Amino acid sequence: MSSVRLIWRKSVNAVMLTLTGVAAFGVVCILFLILGYFVYNGGRSLNWAFFTRLPTPVGESGGGMANAIIGSLKLLFLAALIGLPVGLMAGVYLAEFGGKAFAFVIRYTTDLLNGVPSIVIGIFAYSLAVAPVKHFSTLAGGLALGIMVVPITLRATEEFLRAVPGSLREGAMALGASKWRTIATVVLPAAAGGIITGMLLSLARVAGETAPLLFTALGNRFWSPGWSQPTAALPLMIYEYAISAYDDWHRQAWAAGLVLLAIVLLANLGCRMALGRRGMPRSS
Amino acid sequence: MAAASQGNNATAAQLAHQMRVAERPSAAHEKEASVRFEISDLNFYYGAKQAVFGLNLKIPKNKVTALIGPSGCGKSTFLRTLNRMNETIRNTRVVGNILLDGQSILNMDVVKLRRRVGMVFQRPNPFPKSIYDNVAYGLRINGYSGRLDDLVEHSLKRAALWEEVKDALHKSAFALSGGQQQRLCIARALAVDPEVLLLDEPCSALDPVTTAKIEELMFQLKDSCTMAIVTHNMQQAARASDFTAFMLDGKLIEHNETSKLFTTPQDPRTEAYITGRFG
Repeated sequence: MSSVRLIWRKSVNAVMLTLTGVAAFGVVCILFLILGYFVYNGGRSLNWAFFTRLPTPVGESGGGMANAIIGSLKLLFLAALIGLPVGLMAGVYLAEFGGKAFAFVIRYTTDLLNGVPSIVIGIFAYSLAVAPVKHFSTLAGGLALGIMVVPITLRATEEFLRAVPGSLREGAMALGASKWRTIATVVLPAAAGGIITGMLLSLARVAGETAPLLFTALGNRFWSPGWSQPTAALPLMIYEYAISAYDDWHRQAWAAGLVLLAIVLLANLGCRMALGRRGMPRSS
Repeated sequence: MAAASQGNNATAAQLAHQMRVAERPSAAHEKEASVRFEISDLNFYYGAKQAVFGLNLKIPKNKVTALIGPSGCGKSTFLRTLNRMNETIRNTRVVGNILLDGQSILNMDVVKLRRRVGMVFQRPNPFPKSIYDNVAYGLRINGYSGRLDDLVEHSLKRAALWEEVKDALHKSAFALSGGQQQRLCIARALAVDPEVLLLDEPCSALDPVTTAKIEELMFQLKDSCTMAIVTHNMQQAARASDFTAFMLDGKLIEHNETSKLFTTPQDPRTEAYITGRFG
């Protein structure tokens, strides 16, 4: 009787272990399939010209997406400039100061904002920064992406600040530190690793957004000097090139995808390494 | 090795202390005269719930006063009113008088108060910074602009930690053992040279050997510091304190010299508690 039960329990254990293992393996497989496919297809059409030249007209071979790479970087820079400080500070407010009812309202609104379709954010940025001045611009694109950065940064900041033990806050306050000083010199540094990871994730997410750029940054086949003109961006280029009818453009779309992936990965790795050197081991 | 040098330090300090006492025949009178904290008719409320009831207590200068009592009797709450740490909790209220060297602390600038009244917590809570930066923290936030190195060294020496960490000052404080972390927290509190050190069950997370070190340390610090310690450990109160206050249900039941309170308690409830009949 008991041995039957034991065999049953062991087989349930084995089945469950296998199921979770297969699921985990599947996730990793999908990631590597995507990566491999990009490297295979994009790598072939990736060359030096891709990084240094402007797009060429249809039928003319060669050319690159230098303007789109710079455009994407400029858009990300603006998104970071607009979204990260707002998200960070609101997250600090929520975790350290917010009263119960008000904090609930902010948190709920943030989650809603996070769930708003990106194309709606694009329309919002359009009505705010394109319609009044009557032309598309890098600025409008950056604004749209910046708005999308806020909720993820905010929630990451809040979560990681809440994970900092209260005893650290008490320790600093018992030495006479004011509340903001405690937050700035003890609590935020203790949570810095997690918060920066959250920020990078939010930037990585918006780096690939196409919809909010369609009617803000618009796209451009030439260089876009300054901030007030339409600009090319890698996701826009991928969109335009991938739905075209030309094999040459398809190959360049793959290459653009690979470059976009590489930019996100490199930024992530770089930040992690910089943090790893400076970061402290966590207590318990 | 480290433990041995600790022991030597302690004996030297004890000798020095005894010599000092011997040199001053008036020491016995002084202890009666000088009161650091004078608490009168103190009531404390968490919202509508009262946690401390009409408490009167004098904490003498350069002595260790132990607060004992069962869990939830309000001893930690009371200790935390002395540097107004309870203000960080919402909906709390203090009614009564607390005088530090004759000045009311309730309308004192809280930064100044906490500089004069340091605190060590139940669990070691070093900041996620280097050992050096932990000790220097209080000095920096108080705008101290002198040579930090000397003061950091001095504070670590006062906390009997210097010998163990002098070659690792810039390593993370988390690399230290629990007992070392707690002594680091004491060094951090001592760096701003407080007149009073509040210790909220400082040894409850430590093993007996480390506990003995902290008690030795308290003995050495008595020369320069007044201490109030909350403890669940009655042996610790008996060993390490000069005066003991027994609290029950938010009220101060009995307060006396430690030797008297533990040998001839006046109140039957005190006797029941210290003989282990409840709590």
